[in-house]
Amino acid sequence: MFSRKELQRCLLISLWFVFLTFPIMVIKVDPFERLVYWRWENMLYVAVGSFFLSLIFRMLLRKNEGGGAEALGADSLEKTPIVTQILETPKYRNTLILSVLAVALVFPHIFSTYQTNIMITALMYVVLGLGLNIVVGLAGLLDLGFVAFYAVGAYSYALLHLHFDIGFWIALPIGGFLAAMFGIVLGFPVLRLRGDYLAIVTLGFGEIIRLVLENWGEFSQGPSGISSIARPGFFGIELSLNSAIIYIYYLMIIAIIITIFVVNRLQDSRLGRAWIALREDEIACQAMGIDKRKTKLVAFSLGAFWAGIVGVVFAAKTTFINPASFTFLESAIILSIVVLGGMGSIVGVIVGAFILILMPEYLRALSEYRMLAFGAVLVMMMVFRPQGMIAAIRKTYTFKKDD
Amino acid sequence: MDYFVELLFSGLTRGAIYALIALGYTMVYGIIGLINFAHGEIYMIGAFTSFIIATVLSIYGFPLLAIVILAGLAAAVWSSAYGYTIEKVAYKPLRQAPRLSPLISAIGMSIFLQNYVLLAQTSDFLPFPTLIPDFAFMEPIAHIVSSTGITILIVTAIVMLLLTLLIKYTQIGKAMRATSQDKTMAMLVGINVNRVISVTFVIGSGLAAIGGMLIAAHIGQINFYIGFIAGIKAFTAAVLGGIGSVPGAVLGSLILGLTEAFATGYISSDYEDVFAFSLLVFILIFKPSGILGKDETKKV
Repeated sequence: MFSRKELQRCLLISLWFVFLTFPIMVIKVDPFERLVYWRWENMLYVAVGSFFLSLIFRMLLRKNEGGGAEALGADSLEKTPIVTQILETPKYRNTLILSVLAVALVFPHIFSTYQTNIMITALMYVVLGLGLNIVVGLAGLLDLGFVAFYAVGAYSYALLHLHFDIGFWIALPIGGFLAAMFGIVLGFPVLRLRGDYLAIVTLGFGEIIRLVLENWGEFSQGPSGISSIARPGFFGIELSLNSAIIYIYYLMIIAIIITIFVVNRLQDSRLGRAWIALREDEIACQAMGIDKRKTKLVAFSLGAFWAGIVGVVFAAKTTFINPASFTFLESAIILSIVVLGGMGSIVGVIVGAFILILMPEYLRALSEYRMLAFGAVLVMMMVFRPQGMIAAIRKTYTFKKDD
Repeated sequence: MDYFVELLFSGLTRGAIYALIALGYTMVYGIIGLINFAHGEIYMIGAFTSFIIATVLSIYGFPLLAIVILAGLAAAVWSSAYGYTIEKVAYKPLRQAPRLSPLISAIGMSIFLQNYVLLAQTSDFLPFPTLIPDFAFMEPIAHIVSSTGITILIVTAIVMLLLTLLIKYTQIGKAMRATSQDKTMAMLVGINVNRVISVTFVIGSGLAAIGGMLIAAHIGQINFYIGFIAGIKAFTAAVLGGIGSVPGAVLGSLILGLTEAFATGYISSDYEDVFAFSLLVFILIFKPSGILGKDETKKV
């Protein structure tokens, strides 16, 4: 499978990595006690690990290069991946949707409150992912400050509740609209910029929001956060903790169904096609008569709207928020969900959210390595499978030659 | 008046550090048109490497001069090695990919490196050993500018001079300029573009490492997260000066450093980072090409 030369190269690479990681992996100093720890065993791990990883990397790269050119032509004709096949055949698709829905509906009655709580978190990330998917996946605008809109939603409910005693159901649309307004305010000046600038500005914006929330104590109560936020009301009936969680769970299920419906309809609408055109080529798109700025702004504010809605739910679910929940890492997680699942693909984003949120929850031992893995996932996906796990199905029109 | 001069020097020192990092951004951008998000992390790794080497050497009782030289050298060597490797792993396979791909890959790399250092070392703030002693001749003005500050300014000036000479007069500098003008044409006249890109990453990373060591010595503590904010600020500086332009990066860095120093000195220090980000947003709105940058026309 591998020639001797290739194995030699991999050996060289692993030696290189041993050198590269030497100061950080092997040496550890304690500057207070003035002690040096030499962790030689790490060197061995790095050597063995990088050797096998470089073998795999090489193999994947070869597959990518070999398959790349021909696959493009052949793939679309016969070798459609199995997932796409299932999704495209109505019979299978409907069965799949119905069974997922059935599992989702009975879930909180089978599993414990703890499990339901984790599931709510995963569902929240599904909606966040779908929101970001509009911005990144469809419109091709890399937004690294998505968490800012999430924060706006959460804080608008928390503050409205604190000062005016406004309930969940009134705060829900307000939070969404405020987040959308922030999206427009931020988007208006920066959307004429190229993609990479936009990424940095949104990143900076996300940090500004967090820093303001942290430092402006009179407004947001600073780093200590806002506590005892009310859970959503159920027609004026006071719910116990358990039933409140189940209630939020069903709310999230409904929210997801609505989100999927809306995103799905948007994708095929005139606006959705304009987004995809914009993603592919801005100038050509403008030449076709699409108002670039307006289209981008709508994408931006719609994405922000979902984030705001989930923010309100988040505040209601945890009943306590502080700025530490809205760091850049949060944005990175949401972005990883979209990238891993497949940019522009609704099913992909859902699967991505479940993998990235549930896996660290159930593999507690690995949760330390969670962010490390997220970083690696972003790089690896871009290098080997930029379309994501479940690629978006592109609309294709075929002309049938029937005499 | 003294306060003003103190802030002025503090701003210049900050600016000098930003310049060392911003140069890496601007050089890489000039050549492959990519914002190297992981650049801040390279700077952090440079600071960490010099911290580890310097502490180890000082525990084993080496003289101060040897510590400074060896730590600086180690930081530059390892950071360059990281820069080189990152380019090979995360960017090179994506040369032909759409613009968004290398950007996402870069962000992934940045997150990965942060957590790699976090897991391999620690999440605590570590005290950086004193590398630069208080010079005797600095005594009369020590309340305005520290010895470390002066050292930073001098080292930065020397590094800038060397870099300018390298870009202007050496063969590799010429190749770099050619590649940044037109990659395909450079290839046609026999320039090994891949090598030029690698060299650019190595030089940029080396500069960032020196910056990392200097600022760690200046502030006196480091942790795994310093690269993130420093990276964004240096990027702001690069954009302010006009990304892709080497003198622009230096100018932008000095402006950013001074703005921050005066804003925190006269207004409020709580919002230190907010000033930098707001400055970035304003430049991008009013002059996205930067002070010394060229306007770019894009064609289909």
